[in-house]
Amino acid sequence: MIFGAIVAGGVGNRMNITGMPKQFLPLGKSEKPIIIHTLEKFILCDELDYIYLGVHKEWIEYMEKLMRKYEIDSNKIIIAEGGAERNLTILNIIDKIEKDHGESESHIIVTHDAVRPFVTLRMIKENIQAAIQFGACDTVIEAVDTIIESTDGECITSVPKRSDMYLGQTPQSFKMKSFKDIYNDLSKEERDLLTDACKVFAFRNKKVKLVRGDTFNIKITTTSDYKIANAILGGNVGD
Amino acid sequence: MINYIYQLVSPGNFSVKYEEIDYTKEIIVRPLYMSICQADQRYYLGKREVKKLKSKLPMALIHESIGEIVYDPTGTYNLGQKVVTIPNIPANQDDKIIYENYQEGSKFMSSGIDGFMREFVNIPADRIALVENVDLRIASICEFISVGVHAVNRFKSVAHSIRNKIGIWGDGSFGYVVACILRESFPNCNLVVVGKNAFKLSQFTFVDEVYLAGDIPDDLSVDHAFECAGGSGSFYAIDDIINYINPQGSVVLLGVSENKIAVNTRNILEKGLIFIGCSRSGREDFEKAIKFLEVPRFQSRLRRIIFEDEPVKSISDIHRVFKTDLNTSFKTVFKWDL
Repeated sequence: MIFGAIVAGGVGNRMNITGMPKQFLPLGKSEKPIIIHTLEKFILCDELDYIYLGVHKEWIEYMEKLMRKYEIDSNKIIIAEGGAERNLTILNIIDKIEKDHGESESHIIVTHDAVRPFVTLRMIKENIQAAIQFGACDTVIEAVDTIIESTDGECITSVPKRSDMYLGQTPQSFKMKSFKDIYNDLSKEERDLLTDACKVFAFRNKKVKLVRGDTFNIKITTTSDYKIANAILGGNVGD
Repeated sequence: MINYIYQLVSPGNFSVKYEEIDYTKEIIVRPLYMSICQADQRYYLGKREVKKLKSKLPMALIHESIGEIVYDPTGTYNLGQKVVTIPNIPANQDDKIIYENYQEGSKFMSSGIDGFMREFVNIPADRIALVENVDLRIASICEFISVGVHAVNRFKSVAHSIRNKIGIWGDGSFGYVVACILRESFPNCNLVVVGKNAFKLSQFTFVDEVYLAGDIPDDLSVDHAFECAGGSGSFYAIDDIINYINPQGSVVLLGVSENKIAVNTRNILEKGLIFIGCSRSGREDFEKAIKFLEVPRFQSRLRRIIFEDEPVKSISDIHRVFKTDLNTSFKTVFKWDL
């Protein structure tokens, strides 16, 4: 089976706009919450058997209310409790999926940031195909700016060849059981270092296929991202 | 939900417009296959008056498409059902006299408002028509066929009943489609096609006579005629038709020309000819076009004029299909994966 997993476990707020997690902020002329825009795109992908939402436990009730408000009554959508960080939210979702549908080597999970509402159906479908064929995939765009590495934050350590550099986005998709097996095999130090799901696969030398993303598939993390996203959609960009 | 709309902003330049779709009101269709019309090509190449381009762009091109239902708040359709999207938005659906495609105030997707080059097409339930058991590549040109159906229906309602021989001027895709429809509609009628390209004419295997424009026999006569040449060819086609048509014949004009065309009014008056201008189509024509498409013979004839290009997965692929279309003899269709 193929599962969508929209990761919205955060409660932190880097935006200083409200006390509300950023995935719940209104976006565009409709002022629909960001997560609803993202979820609606996932609902339209018929290849996804179920869509799990990883939401912080304090916000589950709020999320349920939003789904009622925006008339999202699909029985394909299930809310799971988010974890302390991204990979733990994914693992919580995997646990819930396995409780609901059993374990299987062939289960595929398409993980996606709730705060990337500009995801396209093409990206989701190409993720599914790549995860089936290669076991894992990451959505990326080519690096336009030169990437600078600095290990001390003061001076350049190296300047990698730009044409080999990409910027990671989501969705990230993989065989669910492979991720769980590798993650459970990591030490605590390794887990602290490997905060990105695809990094977990790459760390264990597993092939991770690249899927073409889009420059507009932005992650709405900061106030300026939020203003840009609203400006693109003709929404309110006022302070 | 945020929808991606791939708009032509100026000739040869595309840009993405991001637009919210209200999920609860309209049917949402995911386009699967599209086909390029000459009207799209004229916008892409900038072969329209500057003033027209300025008033119509930016705009998503393409009005020939088949897709699948991905969301239906009305409960009319099942998810995954294949449908053709009808680009005409009538101003007044209750009008019993003026066809929806000629009503003042009607809108047309890909002429002033966005066409189907979008991630998803949100559309009212009455602007889609169900298609079953038809090759999607062929079904993608359903709108094109419906324009021919509309023309033939108007011909039927206007032309006198002597229909022994009908001429079609124009050997391009549209002439071919009109010939296919006439063959099905009037199986015993003698069909004559006049064109300029011997290869294209050789594809009309189901008609009775074909002639190169310069080699038309002097004694040829037709009861009625369809002009499907368009462009500068319209002048020669209309002139030939006026010469070879029998008195009181009907002439259906279908070719679009950017420039004004001179016509021999003296002979039109002398012969008492009827000219019928036709453009676009309405829902009824789509439904009839689908019925034609369900006939295997009709479908296999159309397969001959379809060239399938590689799927479109990026904006550079959109440029590629428009360039391919310039070099294909008939219709260019492509899978939409964007």
